[in-house]
Amino acid sequence: MAGFVLRRLGGMLGTALCLTFLVFWLTNLQPNLEKLAKSQGSARMSDAEVASWLDRNGYDRPLALRYGEWLGVLPGKSGFSGVIQGDWGRSSVFHLPVGTVLARSLTATGWLMFWVLLVMVPTALALGVLAGMREGSRTDRVLSAAAITTTATPEYVSGVVLVAVFASATAGISPLLSDLGLIEGRTLLQATASTAMDEITFRNFALPVATIALYGAGYIARMTRAAMVEVMAQPYIRTARLKGVSPFRIVWRHALRNALIAPFTVILLQVPWLLNGVVIVETLFAYKGFGWTLVQAAGNNDMNLLLGCSVVAVLVVLTTQIVSDLGHVALNPRLRGA
Amino acid sequence: MAPLDWGQILLCMAWRFWPVWLALGATLALSFALRERLGLYGRLFDSATGVAGLGLGLFWLFTAGFADLIVTHDPLAQISGLKNAPPGSALPDPSGGYRWYLLGGDSLARDVFSRMAMGARRVLAIAPAATLVALVAGLTLGLPAGYLRGWLDGALSFLANLVLAFPVILLFYLLVTPEIRQTALPMALAAVLFALPTVFALLLWHSRFRTSPMLWGTGMAAILGLGLWIWAGLALDADPLGIWAMDPGLLNVFVAVVFVNAPGVFRIARSLTIELATRDHVAAARTRGEGPWFIMLWEILPNARGPLIVDGCLRVGYTTILLGTLGFFGLGVSPESPDWGSTINAGRRVLALYPHAAVVPALALTSLVLGLNLLADALREGAARD
Repeated sequence: MAGFVLRRLGGMLGTALCLTFLVFWLTNLQPNLEKLAKSQGSARMSDAEVASWLDRNGYDRPLALRYGEWLGVLPGKSGFSGVIQGDWGRSSVFHLPVGTVLARSLTATGWLMFWVLLVMVPTALALGVLAGMREGSRTDRVLSAAAITTTATPEYVSGVVLVAVFASATAGISPLLSDLGLIEGRTLLQATASTAMDEITFRNFALPVATIALYGAGYIARMTRAAMVEVMAQPYIRTARLKGVSPFRIVWRHALRNALIAPFTVILLQVPWLLNGVVIVETLFAYKGFGWTLVQAAGNNDMNLLLGCSVVAVLVVLTTQIVSDLGHVALNPRLRGA
Repeated sequence: MAPLDWGQILLCMAWRFWPVWLALGATLALSFALRERLGLYGRLFDSATGVAGLGLGLFWLFTAGFADLIVTHDPLAQISGLKNAPPGSALPDPSGGYRWYLLGGDSLARDVFSRMAMGARRVLAIAPAATLVALVAGLTLGLPAGYLRGWLDGALSFLANLVLAFPVILLFYLLVTPEIRQTALPMALAAVLFALPTVFALLLWHSRFRTSPMLWGTGMAAILGLGLWIWAGLALDADPLGIWAMDPGLLNVFVAVVFVNAPGVFRIARSLTIELATRDHVAAARTRGEGPWFIMLWEILPNARGPLIVDGCLRVGYTTILLGTLGFFGLGVSPESPDWGSTINAGRRVLALYPHAAVVPALALTSLVLGLNLLADALREGAARD
């Protein structure tokens, strides 16, 4: 077990190094550097001025050297100061240390993720179990159709539709409710979540959370349903039924634990997917979290911030992979000691 | 001219789609009549899921094909006075043209309905082609990785996992920018990815016909010539006849989408190959003295077709979502382009006041992806019954 974890951690470190080097390389391509020079200096710099700016700021030295300095394994101007030493550089968009920007945005995204998981996981599991209890029943067919529809709806579609329905002053249900005097403002929910940075309320946070949760929930529900259907066809369930155990007890005591092994992995592997959803939703709802920061960094070629973002993203992806492997072993007794 | 109400709008739209209904009806009727003889495709008609998926998929396919007949206005034309006009608005001065904006106008006073129909063409021109290239690229690398194993498998799997560990949007922001287009990177990627289909075809022909010199020679020469010609035109923009060419922006988008998809196909092809390589018929072929490529391409691949078709179907939907994502972030496509992602992006700025401009392409995109997912589901069930 310890060897397995160590091997996975080693692989994770290698992948993280390769990925950050790739990002470093792509952000340091010549046209990107010229763009950076022009955005930091002035937009009307001549080619010679751009070259001298790059030279002055040390961008003309070999790539591997600068990557080593960023990482902190090679001495830079002020000795060893890189990611390993905890110095992530300064963000050129926000004029703040990258660590500060990342901490702030990750806190914001943390809240978003917290609410998403809180809404999504129980709903998806409950619906999946409900659909899988009796394969082919009407409940099953209706829920399966709903699940396949939400998995076919990317966040930028469901977000747009949800805003139109719940947060538009001219369409959807808000004008109706407003006329009836049931809501105070002009819309039921807010179409932006920028105020949620200070205070999270139902009005400003319901739509972003629902948008992300909807996409993931359908997938998790489908996986849960498939696992549940398989478990309910097992001989020991039939035995329990023939013994006269109540249907509720069969589902709750006999089937559930075995049916939840597969969804557990799926939920964890969904986390990197949620990351994508977070980028789209935070852009759509103007919520200044990690995804919004990533878009700002990438759009402005803010190298240090972009590298910081990719380190975080890669760590999230790889950590979820390892945890899902470990959890799989922990939940399934047959895999223990293997 | 009075504006239309919703019932009239729906009727007018249904009427505008007449070539689609005609083609759809003919295709479905013909397929239904011949379903006994059409194998897996014919079995789609056994379930409601299959018919619904096929119907939705074909609907958008025909819409893309007949877009010129369906559109009511030029998708780029702006008519003053119809900025953000609600659905069913009448034109101030029709002068012989179509008299209404069926689904209203967008923030630049263009017809939302026509842009939606034209957008289908943009999306369906890229998504299936990109998926096909990704599929072939993934197969060309995944089959030997799964069959030969060893260091090749290790290296390729590491690379695939590397790409898959990247958040897709970060990758797009790095790979699809005007700055990247100044470098040789998109072209280099295209050169590698577009060469793989030719390599695949060559291997396919070589392993099958290497014992009959005449057939081998002509086939290899034909594939090589055609492959080089298309490859030079698309990837290097150097087609001497000028038939095969790709806009640099489009090439950039295409390559990025293929690059994101190929590792997924690679993983599936690899695991299928590992499983199928243990079968008896593979051992028999090995005993007969067949070469590794013959076994991979003519013994293993045909048996892996079921899962690959299902995956391909899902993947076209996924690619549609990816293209929409690119448009949503305004990457790689011109702002004029009527493709659904860009239209959603343009419409979301006025979303709270005039939702129709963003909701229409959003629903179009979802219905296409839904159709493809249903189709994949039905195909999976049909293949499982074999």
